[in-house]
Amino acid sequence: MSTPALPPTSRRWRPALEAVALPVGAVLVALLLFGVFCAVQGANPLSVFKAIQRASFGSWYSFQNTLIRAAPLILTALCTALPARLGLIVIGNEGALVVGGLAATAAGLAAASAPPVVALTIMVLAGMAGGGAWIGLVGLLHYQRGVNETISGLLLNYVAIAVLSHLVNGPMRDPASLNKPSSYSFAETHQLGGIASSNVHYGLVFGVVFAVFAWVLMEHTTFGFKARMIGGNIRAARMAGLPVARLGITTCLLGGAAAGLAGMVEVAAIHGRANESLAAGYGYAGILVAFVARFRGLPIILVAVLLGGILASGGILQRQFKLPDATILVFQGIVFLCILFSDSLYGRFACFKEKTA
Amino acid sequence: MNASESIGWWGVVLGIFAGALRGGTPFLLVSLGECLTEKSGKINLGLEGTLLMGAMSAYAVSYHSGNPWLGVIAAFGTGAGLGAIHALLVSRPKVNDVAAGIAMLIFGSGLAFYLGKSYIRPSAPQLPALSLGGWSELPQLQAALKLSPLFVLGAGLAFLLSWAFNCTRWGLRVRAVGDAPVAALALGMSVKKVRFVAIVLGSAIAGLGGAHLSLFYPGAWTEAISSGQGLMAVALVIFARWRPVHCLYASMIFGGTQAIAPALQAIGITSGYYLWNAAPYVLTLVVMVITCSPKRTLAGSPGALGTSS
Amino acid sequence: MKHTRSLLLFATALSTAVAAFAAEMSVGFIYVGPKDDYGYNQSQSEGCAGIQKLPWLKATEEASVPETTAAQETMRNMIELEGASLIFPTSFGYFDPHILKVAKQYPKVQFLHCGGLYDATKHPANVGSYFGYIDEAVYVAGIVAGHTTKSGKLGFIAAKPIPQVLRNINAYLLGARSVNPAATVQVVFTGDWSVPVKEAESATSLINQGVDVLTCHVDSPKVIIETAERRGVYVTGYHVNGAKLAPKGYLTGAEWNWTKVYTDYAEAVKAGKTLAAGTIPHLVRGGLKEGFVSISPYGPAVSAAAKKDAEAAKAGLIEGSLVIFKGPLKDNTGKEILPAGKAYLQQDLALESMGWLVDGVIGGTKG
Repeated sequence: MSTPALPPTSRRWRPALEAVALPVGAVLVALLLFGVFCAVQGANPLSVFKAIQRASFGSWYSFQNTLIRAAPLILTALCTALPARLGLIVIGNEGALVVGGLAATAAGLAAASAPPVVALTIMVLAGMAGGGAWIGLVGLLHYQRGVNETISGLLLNYVAIAVLSHLVNGPMRDPASLNKPSSYSFAETHQLGGIASSNVHYGLVFGVVFAVFAWVLMEHTTFGFKARMIGGNIRAARMAGLPVARLGITTCLLGGAAAGLAGMVEVAAIHGRANESLAAGYGYAGILVAFVARFRGLPIILVAVLLGGILASGGILQRQFKLPDATILVFQGIVFLCILFSDSLYGRFACFKEKTA
Repeated sequence: MNASESIGWWGVVLGIFAGALRGGTPFLLVSLGECLTEKSGKINLGLEGTLLMGAMSAYAVSYHSGNPWLGVIAAFGTGAGLGAIHALLVSRPKVNDVAAGIAMLIFGSGLAFYLGKSYIRPSAPQLPALSLGGWSELPQLQAALKLSPLFVLGAGLAFLLSWAFNCTRWGLRVRAVGDAPVAALALGMSVKKVRFVAIVLGSAIAGLGGAHLSLFYPGAWTEAISSGQGLMAVALVIFARWRPVHCLYASMIFGGTQAIAPALQAIGITSGYYLWNAAPYVLTLVVMVITCSPKRTLAGSPGALGTSS
Repeated sequence: MKHTRSLLLFATALSTAVAAFAAEMSVGFIYVGPKDDYGYNQSQSEGCAGIQKLPWLKATEEASVPETTAAQETMRNMIELEGASLIFPTSFGYFDPHILKVAKQYPKVQFLHCGGLYDATKHPANVGSYFGYIDEAVYVAGIVAGHTTKSGKLGFIAAKPIPQVLRNINAYLLGARSVNPAATVQVVFTGDWSVPVKEAESATSLINQGVDVLTCHVDSPKVIIETAERRGVYVTGYHVNGAKLAPKGYLTGAEWNWTKVYTDYAEAVKAGKTLAAGTIPHLVRGGLKEGFVSISPYGPAVSAAAKKDAEAAKAGLIEGSLVIFKGPLKDNTGKEILPAGKAYLQQDLALESMGWLVDGVIGGTKG
């Protein structure tokens, strides 16, 4: 087999510029469209933009909100991004997050008497194992039985949420959780705290570490090279003798582990126990983050922070402009539609073309 | 228990049957739309947003005009509009249809919630029911047989689509484009045009499902009105193996399962209702696992589905 | 038209923003769902609109805030960006851990939570809890329902078997039985707070089983009230007045009156009182007497006898001569709850962790 010949990376600054300019241009166009939308509704677009900036990136205080919002998105995005490199479109993120959270809760409650570090480590492992098994099942069904991975993941989301509801309203319910049925909670010492004195919790660290790991794995190891080869041409990869199913299922396991870890963070850093708030839609948002970042680990961090900023500015539109709560959904929709559209413009602009000698 | 007033266990059976007719209609219309879209080789996960926009616009137009049928037309139109955005997007190179669908889901539901704020409180004129139960003396049966005109439309559409796929040039074109776009292109068909029509029409049909929700059953516009039914319909198409008439049966099953838990509780059986919610999904998954094999994809699956071509 | 209306909205938003500098006090309201839901969140938002009228106060609202870190973010933003000194996070699920966490960070801000319990040994001193004895209004509605039913079967559609819900179901049955000893209440749990299709399906099932008066405890009763009206049965409302949705079949309903509660709190904070100093009580409760809850005006189908009994019960509850939960009382599995001669008064905290359904209610308490 032969490695595809790539020009030396240092010379390819124009495509690199394109990769930055297109999404940035798309966000600007989205802002323009949203501005028109606001103007039609009678709000001054400039003051709306200023408020969005103030509430998302304007100060260290608001940037913390953005980072808190970004943390689960990084992890759930990896659940789609990793298998996507092999050509699998996995959208079972929400289910993997829920199962990871449930597994971490069960483990944390079982290890309640262990020292905090031990208990938290067990919870991390349990969360990753739970989420990993969930998406691993998706991979297994795909390679063993030919079941479409997109649909099976979607179905498993609903199954996971039903199991969560059943458990926290029934068998796992703490009778003292009166009007919001929840599992028993962990002791305060057995919860993940904030980073230094900030409001940001350790989920962000987990997310960044996992994203960097994914980036190194996929871009700089033979494992990643093989995976990308399968994604590029599965038939060629089979002929070259690559263990397609094994690599695929392993990648699904890893992706699921990332989403499961997000679930562990939700229970250990935020809720202190499991309840129905675990299924908060981070999974679906994560799918979009993965696509917009074109499945690469490091861009995922940036895109998740961008989306985190958008989400964190939703409140100020309501409180200061009296815009309806759905405004932020419309904004989010416009941003993603524009970015996806911009993906189709790669190679369309002469100024980004490398001058061939 | 007085037999003339209550019908006990028969109530459960009747409840599930009637629930299937009432609750299955949005599933039917969305799944027919999705089926048409997928037959052309593309998937549209954004139909949840279409369903909400359809429900909202149908309600709003019915409220302002006093004519629910104008609402139905509005739902069809907004469905087509959202479909056109999706179709334009996925016709571009390098745009993945799954991602575009999720973006459309967010955009469509956001727009529906945004524009629908002032229509939550007022009551809009509802679609008339087709009463087929006049022969019976049981009020329960009469109520169960009050059919939604959109159900009748959907059932007819299922047979019409089935016939169109098998017996018309147009249907064959959609299937050819969905199964082997490269070959279709070589035969001189415009893959883009066929897909555009299939996606726009599919989304418009899904919009009609929204009109059923807001103008017939439950017959109100609220933000929780669809609660995921648009996304479920995607699974339902697989369950029906891309056959329109099977979509009809499958949506009755999905609609009926929604009615199981309330019907059982109404006669005093009270537990495990959360797990009942998962029943249609587990069922679909089981069907997929049984009928798939590593050597051949799911029978009936359009060849280009899930690929980038 | 929408355009000009929004322009106006914007203009008022601007002017209130300017006025904020002159105003003495900023108050924040947080809702878990949309404001116009014809239900719980609308009742809360009406309470907020009620205190907006106070000239020295500026209220900001944020709706559809999930019970995640988003709730913490909103509370912090209201304090940091809008200078709120009093916050009302109105959903039960905001309390633990979200309110507890933010309250510790901002000890000078008063956090008042709707529906929870306060425990001085565990919770920060600047947190308080308020709720209304809505079961009193539900009891009165039950009396009207018991009078109006012909089949003797009442239907209750509820989200989840939690204490606040069970208390209402029990009060409804006890109200109905006080005038119609053969009445039963059939319960259907939908499993979630806002699932319109399942709610309509539940209403239909109950009506098919012979139920002829319906009521509910879900986030938005709109679909249930309209379904009842279409099927020609009676309905009693919840959260806000739903008479417009069912002009023929709406009997009466249990309504919140949060304006009263919020005005009291705002005036106390303005006068310099705080929870930490003990000048604002940590646990505030009130029923018909205190004006926290009320019943909707009677509909056309309510008989004179029903009105008379309902008014008598209302008077009894207000003066304290009528107690809803008194012995002998058995649950629907046959276990004794209260022996003859004993009673739970409204203030009794045992009622706020209720886990049983009284005899006469058909339904289970497990999920």
